[in-house]
Amino acid sequence: MDGSAANDAFVEFDRVQKSYDGETLVVKDLNLSIGRGEFLTMLGPSGSGKTTCLMMLAGFETATHGEIRLGGQEINNIPPHKRGIGMVFQNYALFPHMTVAENLAFPLEVRKMGKSEREEKVKRALDMVQMGSFGGRRPAQLSGGQQQRIALARALVFEAELVLMDEPLGALDKQLREHMQFEIKHIADNLGITVVYVTHDQTEALTMSDRVAVFQDGRIQQLDPPDVLYEEPQNSFVAQFIGENNTLNGTVKSMTADKAVVELDNGEMIDTVPVNVNAVGDRTLVSIRPERVEFNKDRLAPDAHTLKAEVLEFIYMGDIYRTRLRVAGNDDFIVKTRNAPDQRRLKAGEMLEIGWRPQDCRALDA
Amino acid sequence: MTDATSGPDVNSGPTPDNALREADAAEKKGPMLAADGTPLKKSLMRALRREKLRALMLIAPLLIFVLVTFIAPIADMLFRSVENEIVAETLPRTVVALEDWDYASGEAPDEDVFAAFYVDMVEAEEFKVHTRLGSRLNYETTGISSLFRKSGRGVGRMDTDEYTDAFIDLDPAWEDPAVWMELMAADTTSEILPETNSAWDSWLRILKENDDNVAEEEPEDFLYAMLYRDLTRNSDAVAAYDGPQAALLQAAAEATADIPEVSIKEQFLDIDDDWGDTEVWGTIKAFSPKYTSGYFLSSVDLKLTPDGVEQQPDNQKIYLLLFKRTMFMSLTIMVSCILLGYPVAYLLSNLPMRVSSLLMILVLLPFWTSLLVRTSAWKVLLQQQGVINDILVWVGLVADNNRLVMINNQFGTIVAMTHILLPFMILPLYSVMKTIPPSYVRAAKSLGATPWTAFWRVYFPQSVPGIGAGSILVFILAIGYYITPELVGGTTGTFISNRIAYHISSSLNWGLAAALGTILLVVVLLLYWVYDKIVGIDNVSLG
Repeated sequence: MDGSAANDAFVEFDRVQKSYDGETLVVKDLNLSIGRGEFLTMLGPSGSGKTTCLMMLAGFETATHGEIRLGGQEINNIPPHKRGIGMVFQNYALFPHMTVAENLAFPLEVRKMGKSEREEKVKRALDMVQMGSFGGRRPAQLSGGQQQRIALARALVFEAELVLMDEPLGALDKQLREHMQFEIKHIADNLGITVVYVTHDQTEALTMSDRVAVFQDGRIQQLDPPDVLYEEPQNSFVAQFIGENNTLNGTVKSMTADKAVVELDNGEMIDTVPVNVNAVGDRTLVSIRPERVEFNKDRLAPDAHTLKAEVLEFIYMGDIYRTRLRVAGNDDFIVKTRNAPDQRRLKAGEMLEIGWRPQDCRALDA
Repeated sequence: MTDATSGPDVNSGPTPDNALREADAAEKKGPMLAADGTPLKKSLMRALRREKLRALMLIAPLLIFVLVTFIAPIADMLFRSVENEIVAETLPRTVVALEDWDYASGEAPDEDVFAAFYVDMVEAEEFKVHTRLGSRLNYETTGISSLFRKSGRGVGRMDTDEYTDAFIDLDPAWEDPAVWMELMAADTTSEILPETNSAWDSWLRILKENDDNVAEEEPEDFLYAMLYRDLTRNSDAVAAYDGPQAALLQAAAEATADIPEVSIKEQFLDIDDDWGDTEVWGTIKAFSPKYTSGYFLSSVDLKLTPDGVEQQPDNQKIYLLLFKRTMFMSLTIMVSCILLGYPVAYLLSNLPMRVSSLLMILVLLPFWTSLLVRTSAWKVLLQQQGVINDILVWVGLVADNNRLVMINNQFGTIVAMTHILLPFMILPLYSVMKTIPPSYVRAAKSLGATPWTAFWRVYFPQSVPGIGAGSILVFILAIGYYITPELVGGTTGTFISNRIAYHISSSLNWGLAAALGTILLVVVLLLYWVYDKIVGIDNVSLG
């Protein structure tokens, strides 16, 4: 689970393409290896192809081209019920005409498991999600969070090694969602199962995953552990999609392997890390995370390059302060500062000098 | 404070504390009060009254419409199935006189009954209601209708005019209406001349009907006949009579011994021997109560006879057969609709929108076509020289001289009605299936269920409410269907409704039609109740 599990590939997508209408590709040339026991999240906006990938893996959609392998075996032509993959659906899909216990017993029943063994496994699964006393209830009598737990237990009760989750927390309120994120993560870790998790919520992806695959336009834009994804986005889409991000437009003036000088549109020159720019003269989008921007001179390196900024708006958000600045013609430049006793509260109209470490400033594709 | 043996308040009087507590308790026990002190419920009712009134006004047109065109006819129908006032209304005296007659004696009623019947018939004939009564009783015993018609013509030509002549010979005053009026107006005559008095009332009604003046019309024979009967049987009372025209009356009473008796019974027997038949009289007696179970008994192939309830003769038993057939065919049609409609509804709800809209139009197309056109189309297809037989003969599956009979029997009715009622099954099914998310079946499959298991264990149970709704709809429509069985049912494919229609429009036996309809209604309600018990009516969904 260190992110480099690819050599022990459990699930593999090999040059997979998918088209619904024969004209456009929803999934374009997908190559992805998921290690045994890994928690991989497919993250992306709606229509980015992530759910299609999940459905192909589950067997509800067929790949137009390419191979999908599970444990080394090609599964393209294996029907869903023979794949032995657990799945948690967006709306839980608990069978409304069965009780909770019957729902959980269903996968065991269709596997012709004996009654006593069935009951024991159901009980264990219910206990695992702390719903032991709810076996006799109907799904409609449960709250959203409880239904979620049951759906999870049902996907796990037949001891699937791979569990797919299609935005399982989408219908829950924020607090419950955060709680469930940890719970799912812990259960997955304890059981050592492989999880492929689809979401459009980046916080969820960052919190739970070993690795995150960011989908856009049918392609994986970046596949990395959460911290890498956040701190070292490989292109402007990932930078924009993951977390909050400040961007400044500019042109590359000079470039070495680890440093690119960018002339911003207002003429200022700044040092950046070249990530996704190829040559001098390229247009670029310079990306800086709001919490890496510093306006306290003492904390900046002495030789740091600074930019003039005007405070437009100060927003108090409890744990942090969020300040909107005008920097180099950009009116939506955000600075986040921790609400600490020594932290200064900026006022609208105030003029500032802001700066950052050059390695936090990444030159991405425009 | 109810427990007087405990607490510190026992010996001392009420304390301020006590009062407070009591007030508290009162507030808890009593009704909740609004701010102005009126009970909250009352206050709420008053606040909602205007809204309720307005809502009532909005539904009033429909409510009145339903009451007038639905509730009232049904109530009327239910009433008609037991109503039987016509006998007692037309033959009031006969009904009373027959009470003493015993059918089991095997003999025709005596002279008294015939005398009562004579007066009743005279009045009925004048009002032309005896034929209606004849038709009514003819439902029970054939031949009564013509008997009554014949007797209606006969009552005016009876030999009772001998009495008239005899009384007038005795004293011409008897010819004077004024004498009669004076006599009948007297207080005591209703006691000493009861039959005459009763007949006089009929006479007055007849005259009124014809716009005639009592004072100008000569009394008719039946009055003299009744007078004769009263005078011969109440001679003592007549002798004691001292009212107006006492002398005339007493003279007549003395003279009656010389007047030969004309047997009214014989007169009727002269008109038709059937009046000596106990069956006829038994039928009249059996159906004399104002309310009768006769129609219901007929509806289940029983018969109300003077001896009690009997089975209909085997060759007249049709209703139970028809009820059974109606149930059987309706169930068959319902099941056919489920079998044919379920896959279509499934496709409709699972195909892409564009395709399913087209399919939906195909489902609805028959809906937009006239029922007659569709039924006739089946005639064209199924008849012996029809399309299907032609094809089968052409293919060689059926010999030309042995073509299949597919119309004017049960098969034709079931085929045509299944086709006609199919949309009523498909539409509720579709609307229910539309609400079943595909993720359920997917979940089942991902849990290891084969496609069939996923369908049978997960999809099908959730579509049951649609089957329930469709089945109730189709079954109830089928059980009362009329046009299609009438057109393609022949003799073996007709429903009970065809029989009801026959009684409504041809035999005019509305009472029987009402009883059959009532039974049909009860059967439907009963099935509905059973369905509710077994499946639960909450499980019926129209989408």
